Amino acid sequence: MKRRLPSMTAALVVVAAMATLPLWLANTYYINVASQILFWAIFALGLNVLVGYAGLTSLGHAALFAMSGYTAAIVVTAGGAHLLGAVAAIAMTVATAAVFAVLALRATGIGFLMITLALGQIVWGIAYRWAALTNGDNGINFKTRPQPFGIDLTSAPAFYYAVLLVFLTAVMTMAVFVRSPLGAAVRGTRDQPRRMTALGYNVWLVRFAAFLLSGFWTAVAGLLFLYYNQFISPQVAALQTSAEALLMVISGGTATILGPIAGAAIVVVMKTVVSAYVERWNMVLGIIFVLIISFMPDGLVPGISRLVRSMWPQRRSNVTGERAAKAASEARP
Amino acid sequence: MSALVVKDLTKSFGGLRVTRGVNLDVAEGERHLILGPNGAGKTTLFNLITGDFLPDSGSVMLQGRDITRAPARQRAHLGLGRTYQIITLFGRDTILRNVTLAALGLSLRRWNPFVNLDAQADLEASAMAALARVGLSHAAHRLLGETSYGERRRVEIAMALVQAPKVLLLDEPFAGLSVDERRDVQKLLMSMPRDITMVMIEHDMDVALDFADRITLLNFGEVVVQGTRAEIVADPRTREVYLGS
Amino acid sequence: MNLWLVLAINSVTLGGLLFLLSAGFSLIFGLMRIPNLMHGSFFMLGAYMGSAFLKQGLGFWPAALASAIGMAVLGGLVERLLLRRLAGQELAQVLLTLGMSFIIADACLMIWTGDPIQPATPPDLRGAVTTAGLVFPIYRIAIVGVAVAMAVALWLLIDRTRIGAMIRAGVDDAPIARVVGIKVSQLFTLVFCLGAALAAFAGVVGSPYLSIYPGLDAEMLPLALIVVILGGAGSLLGALLGSFIIGFLYNFGQALFPDLAYVILFVPMVLVLVLRPQGLFGRAAL
Repeated sequence: MKRRLPSMTAALVVVAAMATLPLWLANTYYINVASQILFWAIFALGLNVLVGYAGLTSLGHAALFAMSGYTAAIVVTAGGAHLLGAVAAIAMTVATAAVFAVLALRATGIGFLMITLALGQIVWGIAYRWAALTNGDNGINFKTRPQPFGIDLTSAPAFYYAVLLVFLTAVMTMAVFVRSPLGAAVRGTRDQPRRMTALGYNVWLVRFAAFLLSGFWTAVAGLLFLYYNQFISPQVAALQTSAEALLMVISGGTATILGPIAGAAIVVVMKTVVSAYVERWNMVLGIIFVLIISFMPDGLVPGISRLVRSMWPQRRSNVTGERAAKAASEARP
Repeated sequence: MSALVVKDLTKSFGGLRVTRGVNLDVAEGERHLILGPNGAGKTTLFNLITGDFLPDSGSVMLQGRDITRAPARQRAHLGLGRTYQIITLFGRDTILRNVTLAALGLSLRRWNPFVNLDAQADLEASAMAALARVGLSHAAHRLLGETSYGERRRVEIAMALVQAPKVLLLDEPFAGLSVDERRDVQKLLMSMPRDITMVMIEHDMDVALDFADRITLLNFGEVVVQGTRAEIVADPRTREVYLGS
Repeated sequence: MNLWLVLAINSVTLGGLLFLLSAGFSLIFGLMRIPNLMHGSFFMLGAYMGSAFLKQGLGFWPAALASAIGMAVLGGLVERLLLRRLAGQELAQVLLTLGMSFIIADACLMIWTGDPIQPATPPDLRGAVTTAGLVFPIYRIAIVGVAVAMAVALWLLIDRTRIGAMIRAGVDDAPIARVVGIKVSQLFTLVFCLGAALAAFAGVVGSPYLSIYPGLDAEMLPLALIVVILGGAGSLLGALLGSFIIGFLYNFGQALFPDLAYVILFVPMVLVLVLRPQGLFGRAAL
């Protein structure tokens, strides 16, 4: 496994750069942008489990993201402890993901997309209209960030480090998952569901598991979103949020780990930059969407990694090599 | 006890009856050939046995156990293996990974998201053993997309073998193969141990006669004749089906 | 005045509007196998364009017609220039319509600002008729009348004309339709134009009653989606029935459980998914 060395070195360099970011980027504004990139990347990684690895495109994930934030906000505002709020948020979101999965997995492809879209709208409707619970359009203010082990997360660098820790955990578990038996099974159900059934896999249950895993990381990201903004409103549950997350996944490249991270960085940076100058973020979001889908359906990371592979032909890692045999699968009779 | 018993199996799609009251009794270790022209309902019969479709009436017994209504995935766990006429493999993965995935299908470990599949030495070892049996050890690490059609056929068979099936259904294993490849696959099938019962579909009589202990001739979804190789060849109805009356 | 009657009239009115909106959505879905996520945008943009025509002094119905024609052209362009490039990749097509919906929404916000617009009810249709002590607002009745007329026209088009026969064939089985010499790709454009025009027309007709505001698109799209999941893809009868079910649920829900009215809308959809995933009238579509 000699070929592992360069990528290990590269990973170490990147992690070191991320860990020291508040030192060389001593500007609260940029540190906050970095924090946003990280928790959006967690969201995108979670969504990618379904979109990339299971081949199931969800347009309802904003609902799960918001469900987590709302649950924590409601619990804590009602006087619950932060820990209780976080546990409740994740439990509630994973349970909602299970309900979504049961309904949406009656279909695949476009049907799955339509059902998740509709289910997402239900949650949006609750957030928007059930004012007694969610404070409606005004949203909920979340007074203080939690203080895990007594550490104050009020400052931008402190919060950044907390998010970074969660992010690295997410990336590592995701990297393990992708290489794991369950990960292989999930990809198998994407490519050859009938074959997987004949081999003894319960395709429905494999997809269900993928949905729960996706829901879990979406919940974690939703929590971090709430802690960061200290505010949540129905807009978070809207279709637009689902679309943004999906754009992160497909712009970076589905079924890779780097893809959604790169996509999150691109989308967050663009949104920050665009919003600073004009109000036209929706327009820009739409245009990027149309351009990427029309001209770069593969996403950026697979495009670049293909370039890298053509320079070092012997490199063929499992994660980035997902697309290596794309031609092969197309040649399949 | 018979390895596989099919009783009065009937299936219609819309108004079309594709399988009508088919009976089949395959003994342990038997090599059974299902012959019939295209459209005779052979693949549908397989799909009914594997549970891809549920029959309208009739029953399927695997080693004395009624599996007529069992979910398809469960039948794999009960010892029913299958290869496909149209090859559906995982083109982005290596040959070894394809076979490992088959081995994993019967292991509880398939639900584990925390370990590295490549580090499951026992699964890999059994996959390698299956590949050795089909003569593909040397190609284990090649991407499936880069293999020839004949090699893919053998990967199909290796995937079935790695699950140690008691009954193996082979759907036209010679389809699309060159003469050499066909001979290799034929040799491979002949060398299989008798603890695997095999049922093979074929539409070309000449290809598979050597293989069979007993033969069932299917036409328009019905059993025309059933018997030993000699009986089938001698039977005038065989000629009728194949040459037209 | 009887509350229930008011609710019933509102329900039927909304049902009529929803039918105009979702008939096109259903035909596009039935034929092209994609949910057009721009459909709410067509409705909203159509309404805005209608209001602009009204401002120019055009009459109400000519404005509705002009808006419908304008939207047909726009829909045709999107289909020809963008969706056509992704033929056969349904998922990419859906995401493209999603991207377009954001562009249209933002363009509307840019041109018409965020302030709601409520066009005046056409003068001839103001007021109400009183029969047997019950008051019926004329405009609401007119909407229902228009919807019924459109439903009949659409039914005649689909059921009685050559084009309609081709569309039906395409909905049933596009590859076979292609084999028997039907130019399915031209049908795609045609149906897309038709759907866009109907949605825009519905937008204008509904605007005196719903008013026009940013976010109207996102509010209408899920309704069309539910109607089609309820009624089945490509089925006009299903769209009609689904529209009225949703019309009633929406209005009665608003009155009885204002907090959860929106959520209640989705209940029949969930039931249909669980009990009969192909919709009330559709073939296996999902």
